[in-house]
Amino acid sequence: MFAYIARRLGMMLLIVFGASYMAYNLEAYSSDPLSVFGESTEKNKHFLMQQMIHQLNLDVPPPIRYFMWLRGIISGLWGQLNLGMTRDNIPVIDAIGLAIPTTFRLVIASTILAIVLGITIGMITAIRQYSRFDYVMTFISFLLFSLPVFWVAVLLKEYIAIDFNDFLANPEIPLNLIVIFSLVLGLVMAGILGGSRAKFWSLFFGGTVGFALLLEFLSVTHWFVNPGLGIIGVAILAFASAAVVTQISTGLDNRKSLFSSLAAAAIVTAGYYPLQTILNAKATLLNVLLVFVITMGLSAVVGFFADKVDRRVNIRTAVLTALLGTLPLILDRFMKEFNKYFNSDAINMRPVPTIGQSQDLLSTRQQHNFWISGLDAGMHLILPTMALTLISFAGYVRFSRGSLLEVLNMDYIRTARAKGLTERTVIVRHAMRNAMLPLTTILVNDFAGVIGGAIITERVFGWEGMGKLFNQALSSYDLNLFMGVFIIGAVLTVLANLIADLLFGVVDPRIRIRK
Amino acid sequence: MAKRNASVEVSTEKNENEIALRETEGLSQGQIIFRRFVRHKAAMISLIVLVSIILFAFTASGIHLGSEQNPITIPGWWHFSITDIDPEGAILATCNDGVTGCPTLDLVPSFIDGTGMQIGAHPWGTDQIGTDYFALVTRGAEQSIMVMLIVGLLGVFIGTVVGAVAGFFGGIVDAILMRVTDVFLVTPTIVIGAVIGFRFGNLGVVPLALMLGFFAWMGLARFVRIEFLTLREREFVDAARIAGASNRRIIFKHILPNAIGVIIVSGTLLMSGAILIETALSYLGFGVRAPDVSLGTLISQYQDSFSVSPWLFWWPGAFIVSIALCINFIGDGLRDAFDPRQKRRITLKDRLKARELKVKA
Repeated sequence: MFAYIARRLGMMLLIVFGASYMAYNLEAYSSDPLSVFGESTEKNKHFLMQQMIHQLNLDVPPPIRYFMWLRGIISGLWGQLNLGMTRDNIPVIDAIGLAIPTTFRLVIASTILAIVLGITIGMITAIRQYSRFDYVMTFISFLLFSLPVFWVAVLLKEYIAIDFNDFLANPEIPLNLIVIFSLVLGLVMAGILGGSRAKFWSLFFGGTVGFALLLEFLSVTHWFVNPGLGIIGVAILAFASAAVVTQISTGLDNRKSLFSSLAAAAIVTAGYYPLQTILNAKATLLNVLLVFVITMGLSAVVGFFADKVDRRVNIRTAVLTALLGTLPLILDRFMKEFNKYFNSDAINMRPVPTIGQSQDLLSTRQQHNFWISGLDAGMHLILPTMALTLISFAGYVRFSRGSLLEVLNMDYIRTARAKGLTERTVIVRHAMRNAMLPLTTILVNDFAGVIGGAIITERVFGWEGMGKLFNQALSSYDLNLFMGVFIIGAVLTVLANLIADLLFGVVDPRIRIRK
Repeated sequence: MAKRNASVEVSTEKNENEIALRETEGLSQGQIIFRRFVRHKAAMISLIVLVSIILFAFTASGIHLGSEQNPITIPGWWHFSITDIDPEGAILATCNDGVTGCPTLDLVPSFIDGTGMQIGAHPWGTDQIGTDYFALVTRGAEQSIMVMLIVGLLGVFIGTVVGAVAGFFGGIVDAILMRVTDVFLVTPTIVIGAVIGFRFGNLGVVPLALMLGFFAWMGLARFVRIEFLTLREREFVDAARIAGASNRRIIFKHILPNAIGVIIVSGTLLMSGAILIETALSYLGFGVRAPDVSLGTLISQYQDSFSVSPWLFWWPGAFIVSIALCINFIGDGLRDAFDPRQKRRITLKDRLKARELKVKA
């Protein structure tokens, strides 16, 4: 095993070396930093050119100059990693160190959302293969697959950000929009849940009426400028997640585990008021984590004492329910600050920004308030997250659908059905777990491809991360900066491949690494 | 489903197999695949739409090769070019709210809104200074499609050669070729594309496309290699070898025809990726450069005027989306057609038809 990893690491180094050598020369030969002097008429032009040649070692041909750059990397072995200076005389490492967190913040939410939504929808379409829902989702995923991100971004800016901000000036939804929205939502819900024709139509009508009433309620109470869930909303969501988690993991017939997850939801609901003292105005991320620890811990205890057998299952459902139920609790806390944020001078009642990563005009007091600054970060993430989710979602839908369909044709699924297991157990235990295996490779690789994707997204939404650095490096002929960004991307990709292979061996015992 | 009567399930499955078998009776492999593809409605519609788009764009704008200094041009049928400026036409085509350059295309018959159907001087409008947008968009589409086709063909060619050689010969050749592929693969396409575009963007689309194609073969090579690895172990290859066939003959006559499905399917996916990459690069300013246009440069140039003159944004976007969508659907249809495990869904109509035949017999 260790020999395998060592061999892979060695191969990795070689590949990164080859790729960086190629990229270095490609970039060095394709951009000429001296071209800025092309039309200059300054008297000391020649002197300046000499100075730059000396500074950037331009008199050394690129294939050899590469090794001068490589020396800085190799000294990283004894802790003195040196990627050279940018053209603005900042160490490349510092510039990248500042940029990486921004880029990850930009993509992490959308990646998680796309994975969760994509896999869920993909698996549902596989279970309901050839249904209307399947056809519609297939078309939609193909459509999303074909969208250029920069084009979607402009549409979102216009129709989500600007129109929604306009709408907030008078947050009442017109009747025709309520009708359209609730029809669409009802259709989607019925498509996801529906079974027989009668069930589909009753779900559709029920869902439509329900959503219409909800929207009307939100509109009348001006919920959108004064949002919040309150204890009732948190309770509804917590108990709903209890039902869903139990249904998926053990089935509602398992009384003990249903009891533990309902108890977990009750704990979250009961903790609504007491926990607000922890989530006070001076709170930090630690307080939020503490709340999660409290609710999940208590739920684990309940799950432990719920039954003497199958403790693991009960604890698992209870903790999962607590996790999902605490999320609305935290969300509710953020929503309580929304009105203050909305009416502050910096925001001026237009809370959804089209560009940028944070609002610098917020007063320092507000910037130090965890809730306000968190809300601000969240608001700036809305559009990029939507754009990236829409685009990468399609890939996951197609892949998980294909993967589950393949598994559902296997003999062991037929065996599982034949021995009389419920459809839920067959799908969740036998099919879904095996269908997830090939997805690990895709997931890991997607995280590695982040930098390539960031180049466009950051340009469109005016963020300052790795993509910005890359664009800057290209347009200012900054070879060191270019190589810095490149090497990070390359190392991430190779590492991701290695991790994917190792992980695959862990989750799939059939492919344990030999030798 | 668990409650379903088992005997019914077995009998329907038998019937379905019978129906499927009867349909493929006496047909060659190629004919079966062709039939399956033609039956894939979405793919067929997409194929027709895509061919129409390509013909439309290429005939309207003509064909433009070569660089800015020495252009090679075959003119098209549209009477404006991308450099013609017609400020008066733009003002004449004023919309109701005073914005200039509205599209003059009107497909609503006169008995509905009273203006009547017309094409007008600038059917897709003009930009603020009066450049005809129909000319710009068809030219942009022509350039983007050209890049897409060149990247696709070159990528398929290199990928097939590398994958076939690596998969067929195996051993040290395979190891070296796959490491080289890895080297290319670690580099995000958009990064390499940006570097290339930055340097070759001003040479015109053909060199740009050739360079992009040179860095777009890796995924395909991997698929082809895996296909070759499995195919070369099959009995028919052994049989050919015993019969005295040379390596070249085995590769071209025996293995390649069996691997053609993988090649075509990944080739189409490569093309749909290529048009998105090209437009993204041009959008960033690293691809096709002014004065030449591509669909990506059009979007980046006019995105700020979206709220005033939205047509400047919708037309190029609609072209990108419909081209990529069509290719994806064609790829899907091809994949289904080539996949031997793919069973066509037996519809009620097929069942009735089968029963009718049985009754007649």
